[in-house]
Amino acid sequence: MRILAIVKRIIKQLLRDPRTLALLFFAPLIILTLMYFFFNGDSEELVLGTVNVDVWLTGVLEDNGVHVIPFEQAGRQTVIEEDLDGLLTISEGKMKLILLNAEPAASKALSAQVKTAALRLATEPTKLPQEIDTQYVYGKSDTTFFDVLSPVLIGFFVFFFVFLISGIGLLKERTSGTLERLMATPIRKGELLAAYLTGFGFFALMQTIIVVTFSIFVLDVVVAGSVWHVLLINLALALVALSLGILLSTFAATEFQMVQFIPLVVVPQIFFAGIFPIDGLAEWLQMIARVMPIYYAAEALKAVMYQGQGFETIKGDVAALFVFAAVFITLNLLVLKSHRTL
Amino acid sequence: MKQAVEMENVSKSFGKKQILSDIDIAIDEGMIYGLIGPSGSGKTTLVKMMVGIAEPDEGKIQLFGVKVPNLKLLEKVGYMAQADALYTELTGKENLSFFASLYPMKAAERKKRIEYAANIVNLTDELGKRVSAYSGGMKRRLSLAIALVHNPKLLILDEPTVGMDPELRLSVWTELLKLKNNQQKTIIITTHVMDEAERCDIVSLVREGRILATGTPAELKKTFGASDLEEVFLKAGRGEQ
Repeated sequence: MRILAIVKRIIKQLLRDPRTLALLFFAPLIILTLMYFFFNGDSEELVLGTVNVDVWLTGVLEDNGVHVIPFEQAGRQTVIEEDLDGLLTISEGKMKLILLNAEPAASKALSAQVKTAALRLATEPTKLPQEIDTQYVYGKSDTTFFDVLSPVLIGFFVFFFVFLISGIGLLKERTSGTLERLMATPIRKGELLAAYLTGFGFFALMQTIIVVTFSIFVLDVVVAGSVWHVLLINLALALVALSLGILLSTFAATEFQMVQFIPLVVVPQIFFAGIFPIDGLAEWLQMIARVMPIYYAAEALKAVMYQGQGFETIKGDVAALFVFAAVFITLNLLVLKSHRTL
Repeated sequence: MKQAVEMENVSKSFGKKQILSDIDIAIDEGMIYGLIGPSGSGKTTLVKMMVGIAEPDEGKIQLFGVKVPNLKLLEKVGYMAQADALYTELTGKENLSFFASLYPMKAAERKKRIEYAANIVNLTDELGKRVSAYSGGMKRRLSLAIALVHNPKLLILDEPTVGMDPELRLSVWTELLKLKNNQQKTIIITTHVMDEAERCDIVSLVREGRILATGTPAELKKTFGASDLEEVFLKAGRGEQ
């Protein structure tokens, strides 16, 4: 079986190339971890101002590492002037928390601290009220950026690395002369393409599983919906990246030229991936988003991971991804044609 | 005698540059046919067209009476490219067995053929090494072994002995002659080394995309009144101008 022979060869070649494997499997994890820490940075000590808060609550908060500064009287202005992360006031049996919210991550952590402390003291002598009126000095946010961002990032990394490695894989075959040499054997172009999709698809599958598993179990990224749907979306996206990478490698003469496609093809996709809101954009810009594969993947990933939607919601997006892959594969067959008329 | 290769009126140009013009070649089965000419004369394009990986602008090309390109036909052709097209991450044996598995062969036969091809080019002991560790001459030998591995009727070898030491070159030629004499293979070889041309049954002199003269080395020397092929080449070239 010729396809199998090529698939086996591709897998063998990649397994002997530890640097490329590391790029494929570990680079996304490193970058995701870095982003996780940047967006969830809570290493700084939280500073909370208090007014009329008893020693019990203060004690619990300080035990949990919050730096508490009591004030006689304070308000929004105090938070800004004293550079507090927040200000907790108890008056007339109600708790009021004013959060600076310069960094959403700090606000979230502080708010969680106050809530847990209040919960612990709900039955204790103080009988703290559980209702907290939370106000924000800057903006208003109840989620960390990373929660929204991670589905998009996972999709993006799968796309980026699969695109690069599959493109360079076929390019190497072209520049080393082995592609032409293969054309002197009785192999069909369809078989060659199928083998490439399968061989690199195998690594794309591995990468997707590793990235998704790592995100969920190590980085604690929330997946409200089904993990299988997350894998399905990423696999469809990987197939698009594979076929696009192979297609564009036809137009590159060297590895460096392949890398030059990144700012042209990959970077613009970031902007349309949903990191920045698309609905507010001009009509024509929204139209551009519709021809970006990552747009559909990001929509679907956000729906599953963040909003916990089911298959009904994402099936259109997944179908769109498969259409992209089908188009690129067809184009590949047409472009490969120029090498041999068979 | 049946014809292995037949080219009629074949022309090819890349952009404005004419690479080959009006090539007519007929090669009988069981011959060693040499295409002799300086680099850039169009030899490589010529043999690529025979294999079907380059397309002629005009003219007709047939191998064993079948029009090129044809997938079934490629099973009978062993091609060795001028540049070594090898997978350097893989070992010599893995390269051989990968290319062998692209042809219809039973596993047992494939194993035998791999051993045979490696033995012919004297690479049996180096098969376990990765190709990235091979010398230039070893790579040439492996390329030749790959061209032989599926037992093709027609061998098309583009400068096969470049980078080989004289001893190995001699043994390769001995093997090529054996293939011709014992197995009736047809061998087409391009070279710019004149003493290799002397060993061919029929030689075509190629220059600037044209065939200047064709014949056995002895015939050519007689016709042009020359003592060696080098002189034939010079005289044929002047006569043409």
